[in-house]
Amino acid sequence: MKKISKVYLGLVLMFLYVPIFVLIVFSFNTTKSRTVMSGFTFEWYAKLFRNEIIMSSLANTILIAVIASVTATILGTAAAIGINNMKKLPKAIVLNITNFPIINPEIVTGVSLMLLFVFFAARMNLEFGFVTLLIAHITFSVPYVILNVMPKFRQMDPFLYEAAQDLGCNSRQAFFKVVLPEIMPGVVSGFLMSFTFSLDDFIISYFTCGSDSQTLPVTIYSMTRRKVSPEINALSTLIFLVVVIALVLKNFVERRSESRSLKTKEESL
Amino acid sequence: MKNKLISAPYLVWMVVFILVPLLMVAYFAFTDKDGNFTLNYVADVAQYSQIFVRSIWLAAIATVICLVISYPLAYILTGMSKNTQSTMLMLVMLPMWMNFLLRTYAWMTMLGNNGIINSIFGFFGLGPYKMLNTEGAVVLGMVYNYLPYMILPLYSVMVKIDKSVIEAASDLGCNTWNTLFRVVLPLSLPGVMSGITMVFVPAISTFIISRMLGGGGNLLIGDLIEMQFLGNAYNVNLGAAISLVLMVIILLIMTIMNQFGSDDETVLM
Repeated sequence: MKKISKVYLGLVLMFLYVPIFVLIVFSFNTTKSRTVMSGFTFEWYAKLFRNEIIMSSLANTILIAVIASVTATILGTAAAIGINNMKKLPKAIVLNITNFPIINPEIVTGVSLMLLFVFFAARMNLEFGFVTLLIAHITFSVPYVILNVMPKFRQMDPFLYEAAQDLGCNSRQAFFKVVLPEIMPGVVSGFLMSFTFSLDDFIISYFTCGSDSQTLPVTIYSMTRRKVSPEINALSTLIFLVVVIALVLKNFVERRSESRSLKTKEESL
Repeated sequence: MKNKLISAPYLVWMVVFILVPLLMVAYFAFTDKDGNFTLNYVADVAQYSQIFVRSIWLAAIATVICLVISYPLAYILTGMSKNTQSTMLMLVMLPMWMNFLLRTYAWMTMLGNNGIINSIFGFFGLGPYKMLNTEGAVVLGMVYNYLPYMILPLYSVMVKIDKSVIEAASDLGCNTWNTLFRVVLPLSLPGVMSGITMVFVPAISTFIISRMLGGGGNLLIGDLIEMQFLGNAYNVNLGAAISLVLMVIILLIMTIMNQFGSDDETVLM
């Protein structure tokens, strides 16, 4: 039984990884063939770095992801504080509307934002491009921040804030020194989710970008539409490498902080 | 902390960029080009019932395949040591972090008539088989892209099942099958339900997978919507009407799923 489950696990992992490894292997191929390896080369990587469209959309993607996730984190954390203090009915209404971008298919969110931007473009000289992309990315990110921060308030002792004020904090100190550290794990995971979703988003960006301001996924899409180019393989390889490094680092940091908290627990015992 | 004003910026944002765009979708669906009320476009959606049926059918097949693959996998995972579990989870999640366009592109190059799979068949004197631009390829793309969305919620529910409950069942005379069907399955039902929604919703509304792997002959709802907004068929009102119908279908399915699932929302993430 144990053997069967190991084989099964191996098969599923193979299914998940074989396509990626095929992509990686053929990124080093000297010809454009997808079946025969005729030699080893870094040519496609060099081409990739000389490709201005890819490089500018990469810079655009990172810039948008940083601004959108920071804005979404601040907006969402502030919103969570306010929503937490609302009465039952308004709270339920706001949370339900906040859930829309999460539940709705991405294509509907994209299309609805596009309709709004078209409306503004006709009346207020708004152009499709960086601004519309940024607004769209903030809009689909904030709900994830709120969703991550809200539970932290539920876990927090509601009298902590008052206690801090009784002990001489003004309301600003009480927030930054007492409340914020309590909800910090939620804020951080909300930020990380927004950042990765923003980097990876294709569908909503596709409907809200302009011709001169694109994100990397949109550029990748137009590349796959045009012709076969091993540059895409080279790009995939690099993205795969970045993801692996990021995940290993994340795991490493988590394990270290886990063992550290274990140690302090042991010491306090 | 008692200040509700702090959420005001988000509330404004929410109304302008979440609520108003969705209302605009509804508005465009029920008006004609001059802004007069009409039911024509919503009625026109019926012409595309074939595409709706195909989308629901293919997404349902993909969801069932994902469930069949993931259920034993998640169960096997819970029986492993803590360290192997976290490594395995990381391996399952890693491909998810690569952009889905690249993952789909990988299959596009592998399934083609002179792709690597057909050349392996050719080595044994078989084929070439037409695999790209078929319904099967679309289902494969959906399964490949959304499999982790099924594995993760299943795993997170199963890992919480108390092992002593399973032992108790066998002590009280259940055989392996009875334990599985009468103890493990009912306890893991919330995970099954959230897995189904997490795979079915993106699968039914995709438009890239169908275009890259299904060619032009296997249009799905997503392609239909995209064509009305950005394609040659430009017709915003019809596109809004189709989006509205898609939203209603998904809302119905989610409501049905929630009847079976539990109120444990944490399963979703």
